[in-house]
Amino acid sequence: MSQAQQPAPAAGSQPPAEPVLIVAPSPHMGNIAQTTRRMMLDVLLALVPVIVASMAVFGLYAIQQIALCMLACMAFEAMFSMLRGKGLTIIDGSAAVTGAILALSLPWSAPWYVGVVGSLIAIGIAKIIFGGLGQNLFNPAMVGRAFVMIAFAGVMGASAYVAPASRTDAPHAVTQATPMTARREAARKPAVATAPAAAATQPATDWNYVKRLFWGNVNGSLGETSAAACILGAVYLLIRRTASWEIPLGMVGTAAVIAGLMNLAQGGGPELLLHHLFGGALLFGAVYIATDPVTSPLTPRGKLIFGAGCGALVMLLRVFSGYPEGVMFAVLLMNSVVPLINRWTIPTPIGGPAPVKA
Amino acid sequence: MTATGRMDFRGGVHPPERKSLSADAAIEVLPTPPEVRIPLVQHIGAPCESLVKPKTPVAMGEMIGKAGGFVSAPVHASIDGTCGMADVTTLPNARHVAVIPITAGPQTLSGQGLWDAIFGGEWPTRHLEDHAPQQIVEAIQAAGIVGQGGAAFPTHVKLVRNETKPIDTLLVNGCECEPYLTADHRMMIQLPGPIISGALLAAQAADAKQIIIAIEDNKPVAIDNLRRAVRGTKIQVVVLPTHYPMGGEKMTIRAALGRVVPTGGLPLDVGVVVINVGTAAAIARAVLRGKPLTHRVVTVTGSGVARPRNLLAPIGVSYKTLIEHCGGLTDQAARVLSGGPMMGLAIGNLDTPVTKGTSGITVLTSQEARKAEELQCIRCGRCVDVCPVGLVPTKIALACRFKDWDLARRYHLDACIECGCCAYICPSGIPLVQLMRMGKAEIPRKKK
Repeated sequence: MSQAQQPAPAAGSQPPAEPVLIVAPSPHMGNIAQTTRRMMLDVLLALVPVIVASMAVFGLYAIQQIALCMLACMAFEAMFSMLRGKGLTIIDGSAAVTGAILALSLPWSAPWYVGVVGSLIAIGIAKIIFGGLGQNLFNPAMVGRAFVMIAFAGVMGASAYVAPASRTDAPHAVTQATPMTARREAARKPAVATAPAAAATQPATDWNYVKRLFWGNVNGSLGETSAAACILGAVYLLIRRTASWEIPLGMVGTAAVIAGLMNLAQGGGPELLLHHLFGGALLFGAVYIATDPVTSPLTPRGKLIFGAGCGALVMLLRVFSGYPEGVMFAVLLMNSVVPLINRWTIPTPIGGPAPVKA
Repeated sequence: MTATGRMDFRGGVHPPERKSLSADAAIEVLPTPPEVRIPLVQHIGAPCESLVKPKTPVAMGEMIGKAGGFVSAPVHASIDGTCGMADVTTLPNARHVAVIPITAGPQTLSGQGLWDAIFGGEWPTRHLEDHAPQQIVEAIQAAGIVGQGGAAFPTHVKLVRNETKPIDTLLVNGCECEPYLTADHRMMIQLPGPIISGALLAAQAADAKQIIIAIEDNKPVAIDNLRRAVRGTKIQVVVLPTHYPMGGEKMTIRAALGRVVPTGGLPLDVGVVVINVGTAAAIARAVLRGKPLTHRVVTVTGSGVARPRNLLAPIGVSYKTLIEHCGGLTDQAARVLSGGPMMGLAIGNLDTPVTKGTSGITVLTSQEARKAEELQCIRCGRCVDVCPVGLVPTKIALACRFKDWDLARRYHLDACIECGCCAYICPSGIPLVQLMRMGKAEIPRKKK
């Protein structure tokens, strides 16, 4: 009825074909600047300075290990998601990110199979079994690393970071203990002459050493050597709002407070504090690992608690544990309490909770 | 006068504004359409009762539907003509309602004459206290005025004096934070007179001592214009930052006055009543001239429309007529929205009539429209960051999807204002607000 009475269309236009109108829920605009894929790409872009730094320090080895882990993670992701009939989920980019972070968390002397097995565990056990992207409780890269660290203890322990004399292709700078091992050795035997390697790096009073830690000319896992590179990546992630500031701030801040108190207790200048901040994987972990959205809390307050917990655990492990570095365990431990943190930090809506209707 | 608020709120998003498509197009009077179809429900509240039979001749402004209760508003013929057989239509909100079609007869008023009759002449700003509050409310009720910002709540209900909850502030909302829409913007530029008279009358009815017109800072011309026009009155013009959903009344109150409306409460609870600028103009017309709400300003815009403009259109005219007056849909047109892109409703049928709450018609192309592709939630928390109410949308949406009403309630589903910021920002394209809306609709049924 009403159809027939509609006025004729504006002159000059072709006979009006009924337009195909799509009915969809609001909002009808989306923020195309930030998609899941773009966020993963952002993380990879933010990793570029770290990768460059690791190539500068460890040469060809770094490229090989990073490429191998990324390819392995993507291959396992493709394989497992095909098996689950979920199609090609590697296009979301999350597997590539896992691979890159896993590789960058390995020591430079790790053999190739360590990366491959780590990737298998990271994708297969830590991610796909939980249901794929977004479902996993633990950070996949850290689960992969934890597995290889225990399974291949011989090539992954503290000794892995000391270059054997035969590896003449390794840059001279890295033929020494990691900053964290050295630090602990030095702290344990303050009165006794320490091992030559540790003595060579005797860090507590050496500003030059802090400078080297900052720029990255030291030993350690592939990605953790340069504090400067991590900070650069952090700035990019925060500008893009791909990472939330609460986690890195909570983690680094808590570690700084604890290290500062230790510094005060032991006396001396701020070198010990800076050594703890720039050395080891604290910054790398705070910027790239703990900020994994999937395995961190949802609310800003929860993120601060999570970051603070990671920072405190890192310091605890650095001071007391037998492992050279605590970031991995700290993040995994805190991952396990994320559901609880989420529950504790349910925000009260502005205007208060809704009144209970009688 | 008195100190105002912090001028902003936490959260929210900044979608592209796209207002330039129609911001400079002066309001144009739509030529009288051959037919209008007037819905008997155009507001939240009880439906109207039809007062006309088929073939009854009606004149513009004649009441054709009687209000079905206190929280209801009558409807009036918007053109001269003859009533047809009552019919049924589906409004954009998916509500099936009865409509009364009116076929246009020889029109007494159109074009400039219609404009002059509706908005012309002097709009007084003095001696409005001669109008008794009760008289103002009755005139508004008789004119069938409902909120023109979109929610379409009968206006007289808001302005009735309430002994237990006195009103101290009348907030006239000219924020128009939805992208694309410019109807309120144009009214503030072209029609400050009726807006100001209406605001003063509404304040008189509600006994509000303070009157504030709130405008987002992306409308500098409207701000200057109103600032000039309010000189000599007690009205203040307050400029708020451009920030979606600033136009949501809870956000406007928060930004302009620093007051927080309690969850589940009304602006009344903090001594405020909020009306839209278009509503204010309708109030002036109703009280000072006794004219009912028969026409409203509608923005027809979007890249899917050939010539975006602002139109003064009779209530009941079809979307198709409006779009055709604007040169029709372009080849790329993919989605026609009743309202703006953030909270507007997509319609599948262009015969839908314009109601008192239709602020605009936005036609998006498929490039502009949000893609429906949905990925896994990666728990990034962006929705938490942008929620202006401070909720955890992803948890609530998940709970609604799996009908876990206890969890949804624990995360305060009831406080959601459905602004859509969460779904706008979601990198995984999850229809968060849609899930919550569905949840809100289902929760009461599950309670009993």
